[in-house]
Amino acid sequence: MKMNKALSILGTLTFLIISVFYVSPLFIVLLNSFKNKTNISLSPFKLPTQETYIAFENYKMAIDHYKFLDAVVWTLIITVGSVLVILLCTSMFAWFITRVKGKVTSFLYLLCVFSMVVPFQMVMFTLSKTADQLKLNTPWGLVIVYLGFGAGLAVFMFSGFVKSIPIDIEEAAMIDGSTPLKTFFAVVLPIMKPTYISVGILETMWIWNDFLLPYLTLDRNKYNTISMVIQNMQGSYGRVDMGAIMACLVMAVIPVVIFYLASQKYIIKGVAAGAVKG
Amino acid sequence: MERSLKRYFPIFVLPTLAAFIIGFIWPFIQGIYLSFTEFRTVNNATFNGIENYIRAIKDPEFTSAFIFTAAFTVVTVVLINLLAFIVALALTQSFKGTNIFRTVFFLPNLIGGIVLGYIWQLIFNGILARFDLTLKISTTFGFWGLVILICWQQIGYMMIIYIAGLQAIPGDYTEAAHIDGANVWQRLRHVIIPNLMPSITICTFLTLTNGFKLFDQNLSLTAGEPMKSTEMLALNIYNTFYGRVGWQGVGQAKAVLFFLLVVGLGLLQLRVTRTREVQQ
Repeated sequence: MKMNKALSILGTLTFLIISVFYVSPLFIVLLNSFKNKTNISLSPFKLPTQETYIAFENYKMAIDHYKFLDAVVWTLIITVGSVLVILLCTSMFAWFITRVKGKVTSFLYLLCVFSMVVPFQMVMFTLSKTADQLKLNTPWGLVIVYLGFGAGLAVFMFSGFVKSIPIDIEEAAMIDGSTPLKTFFAVVLPIMKPTYISVGILETMWIWNDFLLPYLTLDRNKYNTISMVIQNMQGSYGRVDMGAIMACLVMAVIPVVIFYLASQKYIIKGVAAGAVKG
Repeated sequence: MERSLKRYFPIFVLPTLAAFIIGFIWPFIQGIYLSFTEFRTVNNATFNGIENYIRAIKDPEFTSAFIFTAAFTVVTVVLINLLAFIVALALTQSFKGTNIFRTVFFLPNLIGGIVLGYIWQLIFNGILARFDLTLKISTTFGFWGLVILICWQQIGYMMIIYIAGLQAIPGDYTEAAHIDGANVWQRLRHVIIPNLMPSITICTFLTLTNGFKLFDQNLSLTAGEPMKSTEMLALNIYNTFYGRVGWQGVGQAKAVLFFLLVVGLGLLQLRVTRTREVQQ
């Protein structure tokens, strides 16, 4: 439907104002990250002045004292490692249980769907104890835990896609003497590219931001994720260093914003696809 | 094809299955079992029937967390869906900048719950400081603070789903209604909303389960203060496990009840809205 010009300008203006308000909390945090800590809680909406401006002191504190960059590296390793492993293993798993018909494979599919609706608190305690006993309390071990707990959604989405593609091409390849492994990597995997992107984005969003699972599973003396460091700063005894928290918040949000702006098209498609299937 | 594929079971299925057993199946089964026992660690559990469940239900903190969570979920399901729908409707019109505005609305969704909590703590405390108040002194502040935070986070996500749904409605439908003389309200009520039911189903389902399962934001914004009055179910379960010695069994029983509640509500909601969907 065409709108008339006045209405169209009004629409743009209204949303411009709303958008400015919408992102303002992020800019307020950014401003405060350059102020000294006592002035942050007293007057967070004031611009930094000559007395309150302390340049990158808060960032220095966050990095030197709270080891924020280590947390960024661990979070990155855990997220990238888990997402790659989840994509590879669950897509193979989903192809197999969809193509091989039988009681076992349908049962496995149902189990995966079931696991999607179980809240984390249900397995919180037992999962962290199991991970501890199996020495999975390292970032590398956590990859296995994420593969297990995150398999449900991924298998569900991959299976949905496999069901929609014709079996003929795969059968033709197999008759020509291709092994199942070769068939999977040369024929199935390329067709599933859009699903890989959707699943990859949904799992990345989840694992990057996850707090409780790594908090309960990881050996906290050695490894911390971004969310864990920020939560620890607040939770520890003594005075809370608002300045360092602000710096950490900014450093936590910036990579997310860059990732978002770079892959926005896929993220929005991935969300829409994931939701329709969910 | 199936026969040659079957021999590859260890390569295709085993890695995921092994991780799935470690990360889900075994902890789930053990969780059910432990809810009927008294334990400090996993290895010294003694069976005590349904005592944990009785203690869980009789725990006033659990009941108050349930009431708070239910009220919070009702408010956020209504607010998020209403606002996301209005924004989606507006941003599918043809004026300049709709793509940029969509980008802006979706952004908060990608930020983690812990980070969100501290961002909003700064904003709320900054506003309340002018009246010599803070966020953590009042249940009302905590409640509405959480509501604002969650709306800010989730409106963009639901908006994307509503936009996808709106774009899937054939243009002829609204055009035809327009020619037949239906006004804006009638078109909305009799054409757009019935055809949008699949999106409404998904969004209410997601906001409902998100509301009930909320943890990170609750922990970082109020941590249940004042006096645990803003503690939601997930946080209450966490605190029962890790904050009260000798209550682990009760914590696990609460977790089982919580699981049944989330699944039950989800199924109920899907049945109610699915029956209202129309075939295109």
